[in-house]
Amino acid sequence: MTASILTVDDSPSLRMAIRIALTGAGYAVTEAGDGVEGLQKAGDSQFDLVVTDLNMPNMDGLTMIREMRKLSAYCGTPIIFLTTESDDAMKAQAKAAGATGWLVKPFVPDQLIRVARKVLGR
Amino acid sequence: MSGQDPIAAFRVEAGDLLDQIEHGLLDLTGRLDDRELVDEVFRGLHTLKGSGAMFGFDALATFTHHCETAFDRVRKGLAPATQELVAVILSARDHMRLLIDGDQDQATGDAILARLQAAIDAAGGVPDTGTAPIEQPAAGDRPASKSGWRLRFRLPADAMANGTNPLMLLDELRDLGDCAVRALTDRIPPLADLAPAENHVGWEVELRGDVPMSAIEDVFIFVMDDMELACEPLAAEQEEALTDVPPPLAAAAEVAPPPARAAAAAKADESVRVPAERLDELMDRVGELVIAQSRLSQLAQGSGHDMVLRSVSEEIERLAGELRDTMMVLRMVPVASLFNRFRRLVHDLSRETGKSIELLTEGEATEVDKTVIERLADPMVHLIRNACDHGLETPDQRAATGKHSTGTVRLSAHQAGGEVVITIRDDGRGIDRDRVRAKAEAQGLIQPGQVLADQDLLQMIFHPGFSTAARVTNLSGRGVGMDVVKRTIESLRGAIDVASVPGKGSTITLRIPLTLAIIDGLLVRVGSGRYVIPLAAVEECLELSLEQDLRSRGRSFITLRDSLVPFLRLREMFATGTKPDAFQKIVVIATGTERVGLVVDQIIGSHQTVIKSMSALHHNVTTFAGATILGDGGIALILDVAQLVDIGRNQEERLRAAG
Repeated sequence: MTASILTVDDSPSLRMAIRIALTGAGYAVTEAGDGVEGLQKAGDSQFDLVVTDLNMPNMDGLTMIREMRKLSAYCGTPIIFLTTESDDAMKAQAKAAGATGWLVKPFVPDQLIRVARKVLGR
Repeated sequence: MSGQDPIAAFRVEAGDLLDQIEHGLLDLTGRLDDRELVDEVFRGLHTLKGSGAMFGFDALATFTHHCETAFDRVRKGLAPATQELVAVILSARDHMRLLIDGDQDQATGDAILARLQAAIDAAGGVPDTGTAPIEQPAAGDRPASKSGWRLRFRLPADAMANGTNPLMLLDELRDLGDCAVRALTDRIPPLADLAPAENHVGWEVELRGDVPMSAIEDVFIFVMDDMELACEPLAAEQEEALTDVPPPLAAAAEVAPPPARAAAAAKADESVRVPAERLDELMDRVGELVIAQSRLSQLAQGSGHDMVLRSVSEEIERLAGELRDTMMVLRMVPVASLFNRFRRLVHDLSRETGKSIELLTEGEATEVDKTVIERLADPMVHLIRNACDHGLETPDQRAATGKHSTGTVRLSAHQAGGEVVITIRDDGRGIDRDRVRAKAEAQGLIQPGQVLADQDLLQMIFHPGFSTAARVTNLSGRGVGMDVVKRTIESLRGAIDVASVPGKGSTITLRIPLTLAIIDGLLVRVGSGRYVIPLAAVEECLELSLEQDLRSRGRSFITLRDSLVPFLRLREMFATGTKPDAFQKIVVIATGTERVGLVVDQIIGSHQTVIKSMSALHHNVTTFAGATILGDGGIALILDVAQLVDIGRNQEERLRAAG
C-alpha cells in the first residue's frame, strides 16, 4: 500500500518540491494550500503522514495540528512541521500542539525523504 | 514547462508574493496600524525567504531575511510602522525582484539595508541583522563505543498520540547494529487506571557494534527533549557475557502493541508499489508474448487437423489477450492528475492578465495510459494559455458584450471507444476569422481572396509560425505555436480539432488513443506488402467494383450513402508496381468528422499490433506511424490515419478548386 502524504504549505513551489521529492520516493502526495484546506482534506481521506508549514494564511500550522489531533483518525498519525529557522520556542510550541517532528528549511529532498521514512517506517 | 520544475514555479510564485507584499505595503500607507496588513506583508516576506533559500536563491533569502526581521518587530508591536519604513521596504521589494532575476547590485542592496536600519532606529528599535541562520547539526563528537551501548529509554506518555511509533524507533536502532530488546513493564498501571492511548512501556536495548552516540541521538531526535534516555557503553566482557544470554524477549516489544501496527500490516497486503520502468519492461514482455502468440496461432491454423495444437493455441490466445488487457489497466491513471496541474496555471494567468477566470473540470475520473498523460501536459498548458490569453476578454470587454465578467475555461474528458476525448472550451471572443485570413495571406499560406471553408480557415492556426495575437504578451506568443501542439498530439497518434463561434468562444478537441503500446489493427495487403490500419479508425470495408473503379479514374471519389468520400489508391501511393487484384477493397477510415477511403488489394483480418517505433532515419516518413512484427516473422508498416486523412482532404480541396 502506497503511503499517502498530505503536504500543507502556502507556497506552491515548495509544495511542488515536496511533491516531486516524495512522489519520486514512491509516496502518494496530496497538496493543501493552508490549514483550513489541510484540515478539510485530512477529514476527506486518511493520510499516513502530514507535512505542514507553520506560517500560513487562514489557519496557521499550529492551529491545524491541534485540530487534527482532535480527530480520532489522526491520533497517532505522524505530523512533521517545516520551520524556517531552528527556532526552539516555535519547535516547543509545535510539539506541544501535537507535532511528531520537524524539518528545518531549507532542506534537500533527501532530508525530507529520510524524515518521511523515519516516521513512516517505509 | 512549469509542470515539473519547482524553480520555474518559484519564480512565478515569487512574483505573486512580491505583488502581495507590494499591495500590502501600499494599503499600509493609508492604515499604518492595520494588524492584518502587517501580518500579510510579514507572511509574504517570510515565505519568499523560506522558498528562496529552498531553491538556491541565497542572496534573495539573506536580503529578505533582513527585511523580515525588521518587519517582525512591527508585527510583534516592538516598533511602529512608519511611512519611511514602508517606503524602504517597498524599495527593498523592488530589489528582491532584481535578485530573483539575477540582476543584483550589491551596492544598491546595501544602501537599502542601511536605510532600513535607519528607519528602524528612527522608529525606536534595533533590528537583528544577522544572516539567515541555518541549523547546524549539534556538533561535538561524543565518545564512540567499539562494543556498543546499553540504552534505557522511556518515551513521553503522549508520544504515540503525537505520531511517534516506538516500534519504528526500535527498528531504527536495529538498523544500527544487533539489538537485544527488553521491555520495561514496571510502570504499566493497573488495568483500571490504564489510558489506552498512552505509552507506559520503557525499553532496554543492548546495541552491539561500533555505533557513534550521534547516530543514537538521530534516532531519538524528535523525542529527545521530552524523553528519558540513559546510555552507557558496553564493556567488552559484557558483550561476551551477552552472547550466552538466551535470545532476549522478542515478544517484549509486543507488550503494548500500538493499534496502528496491526492495521498497517493488514493494509500492506492490499497493494505493492512498483517503479514505473518495471511496468514498462513488463509491457515490452507482454508485447513480445503477443507477437509470439500470433505466430503460434498461424502455425496452428496451418497445421490442418491437429486439434490438440489448435486448442492449446486458442487457450494461449485467450490468456495473452487477457494479460494484455490487465497490463493496460495497470498503466491507467485518471486524468485528474493532469487537470489538477492546471488550477495553479489558470490562477496565475488570471493574475497576470488581470482577467477573472474560472477553471471548470469534468470527467476527471477518465483513465488514460500514464505515458499519454505525461506527454499531454505540455500541449495542454499551451492550449489553456491560449484560451486565457487570447480567447477570454477582459472583464470590461465582457461586460460590454453582456457576458458575465468572469470568463470560464472548461476542461472535460471522456472515453469514446479506444480513444479518450479531451476538450478545452472557453467562452471568450472566439477566433477572429478576419485576422486569421489576413495573417494567412500575409504569410502566403493562401491566396488573397481565396475562398475557403470555415473549417479550413480555422485549420490555418496550426501552420508553423502562425500566431494571431496582435500583440505578443508575456504569456503566449512565445513562438511555440499551435503547430507544435498539433505535432505533439499527432505523435501520440491523436488528432486535434478546433471549433469556434465568434463572440461565444472556442473549443479545442483532442482525441487521443488510450494507450500507445498495443493496438487492435486491421491487417491488409497492398501489392506484396502488408500494412496495419488501427482498427479504432476503421469505419467500414467495402468492395471497389471494377466498374466503380473505372468510373472513378482521375476523380478518386466514391459516393457513400449520399456523401462524397475521397479515396487513395495505396498501390499507387506506395508504387508497388503490381497489377491490382481483380476485386479491390476500400477501407474507410475516419478521424473526427472526416473520412477517407483506402484502396487495398486484400483485407487479411484483425491483428493485435505491438507498435514498434521507426528508426530516426525514417522520421520524415509521415504516412506511417510505426511498424509491427507479424505472426510469420514478417514486418508490416502501420498506417498513420491522421496523415492519410489530411492527404484525402487536400485531394478533395484540389477537386473543389478545379470545380
